[in-house]
Amino acid sequence: MGRITLEAVTKRFGDVEVIPPLNLDIEDGEFVVFVGPSGCGKSTLLRLIAGLEDTSGGRILIDGRDATDTPPAKRGLAMVFQSYALYPHMSVRKNIAFPMRMAGVPQDEQDRRIASAAKALNLTDYLDRKPGQLSGGQRQRVAIGRAIVREPSAFLFDEPLSNLDAALRVGMRLEISELHNRLRTTMIYVTHDQVEAMTMADKIVVLRAGNIEQVGSPMELYRAPRNLFVAGFIGSPRMNLITGPEAGRHGAATIGIRPEHIRVSATEGAWQGRVGVSEHLGSDTFFYVEDTGLADTITVRAGGEIDLHHGDTVWLTPDMGHLHRFDVQGSRMA
Amino acid sequence: MATRQTQGLARLMRAPAIILLLIWMIVPLGMTLYYSFLNYNLLNPASVSWAGWFNYQYFYTDPAFFAAIRNTLVLVLGVLTITVVLGIAIALLIDKPIWGQGMVRILIISPFFVMPPVAALIWKNMIMHPSYGVFADIARAIGVQPVDWFAQYPLTSIIIIVAWQWLPFATLILLTALQSLDGEQMEAAEMDGAGPVSRFIHLTLPHLARAITVVVLIQTIFLLGIYAEILVTTNGGPGNASTNLTYLIYRAARLNFDIGGAAAGGIIAVILANIVAFFLMRAVGKNLD
Repeated sequence: MGRITLEAVTKRFGDVEVIPPLNLDIEDGEFVVFVGPSGCGKSTLLRLIAGLEDTSGGRILIDGRDATDTPPAKRGLAMVFQSYALYPHMSVRKNIAFPMRMAGVPQDEQDRRIASAAKALNLTDYLDRKPGQLSGGQRQRVAIGRAIVREPSAFLFDEPLSNLDAALRVGMRLEISELHNRLRTTMIYVTHDQVEAMTMADKIVVLRAGNIEQVGSPMELYRAPRNLFVAGFIGSPRMNLITGPEAGRHGAATIGIRPEHIRVSATEGAWQGRVGVSEHLGSDTFFYVEDTGLADTITVRAGGEIDLHHGDTVWLTPDMGHLHRFDVQGSRMA
Repeated sequence: MATRQTQGLARLMRAPAIILLLIWMIVPLGMTLYYSFLNYNLLNPASVSWAGWFNYQYFYTDPAFFAAIRNTLVLVLGVLTITVVLGIAIALLIDKPIWGQGMVRILIISPFFVMPPVAALIWKNMIMHPSYGVFADIARAIGVQPVDWFAQYPLTSIIIIVAWQWLPFATLILLTALQSLDGEQMEAAEMDGAGPVSRFIHLTLPHLARAITVVVLIQTIFLLGIYAEILVTTNGGPGNASTNLTYLIYRAARLNFDIGGAAAGGIIAVILANIVAFFLMRAVGKNLD
């Protein structure tokens, strides 16, 4: 079981309110991702849930019980840190055994859990090595193994992939998703990378300056961002935001249109512009179109085989069904 | 330093420094070795003759010799134990952010800046003196007979003085090591259910192992040669109770003017230091790689 409820949880460091009163419900078995730019309070929020920081107000409920003043070890949560935080002088086996040793789990039970975790995480051959002899990805798996053997009611991940190179990151992303599918345990995952959020989450919590901007499934956030911040943060490349008379024509202060919802043509369309930089990814091509008179550049996604070059004149046509309209305050208009 | 040409050149360039250092070390050692086989007394410098192993025999059969070796080892071990244990304790205390941290740290380091004879004199006359020392005042205040430290516990007194002088060094090295301990590791252990004592035993101590090794090795080098503190406090006495090997050599050379005997003692001290170094490196050297 791992149902976590935050009731008006607040955190202040001195006079600075890092997290204003915040409410959030995390259902049992959910994969929740806290995402936001650096300094938005997402790691602080995770540490509050873990108990590594004291709350300045509000209550944290774990499975219905008030855990606000429970010490970290007693909350039944396991955490995976950004730096892995492995114990460098202990072998992999001892690292994984450490929480069980502290909890007084019998030796044969320890061995059984270590063996099963090592098998699940492909660590069996490395059990007698020291962390210093492992690669980044292996260290991360040891850290996850150390969390699994505790059989926690929820896992907390604090930017676990940001120290890995791009290829490994994709691999570990899949492994963590698979782990979640297998264990069905609640997972709370903090990242600043919206791709990780989109690909892994059941539910994304977008944070800015300690405030929740929007909560929802990845596709809800993609389809209907509640405000300009979420619109600009979710989706890659970013949504094009257009202000001025063109927005006024649609009765909004700002209109947003995603690069994938603009049609490109060499001959006709709604907006005229000139091709600036183009990025050919093979499957797709991203054009940065300049001189449209709408915004500095308009990003457009087109097919991989399209034949347009720097300086060519292009015509863009937005797909009206996917046009997002925002009012002066930046909130979504119906 | 890759190619063959640069290697040859590099060897040539560093040769003068290495040769100078070699001479610097070999000449005194060779002369000491040579003197140790001579009958050479400054009271009668004209009659110098070959002595063979006599000086060694003489030194070895001196009743003070084994007492001196024992005292040397007790002194080294005693000071090491006190400085490492207290050093860790103080480092743990001043590692936490406190008000006036900079001032506290300077105060803790300051004994290291006091010259050994000065420190020993202060301890002798102002702190441990049986009639007007601070300890005596405290003893009288609580109605206990004051302790005559240098008469009753000569070696212990010297250990206390030397430990006081070396504690800042140990604290400083251990504090730096402590500051490099990863905070996330500590938090991970906290979440893993390790209490403060378990965290200290399983994380802090292993992390400090290398720093402790450095402290032990460096201090041993200096502690084997402790001399000034003994000279200004107990003069090696009462009897031989606080005579270490260095002081015994001093006594042979400067009180008996026996250059040959002192040189033999010096060679024995070099051998002893090497034995200690050998066991030390085997015991703690693996922490250094």
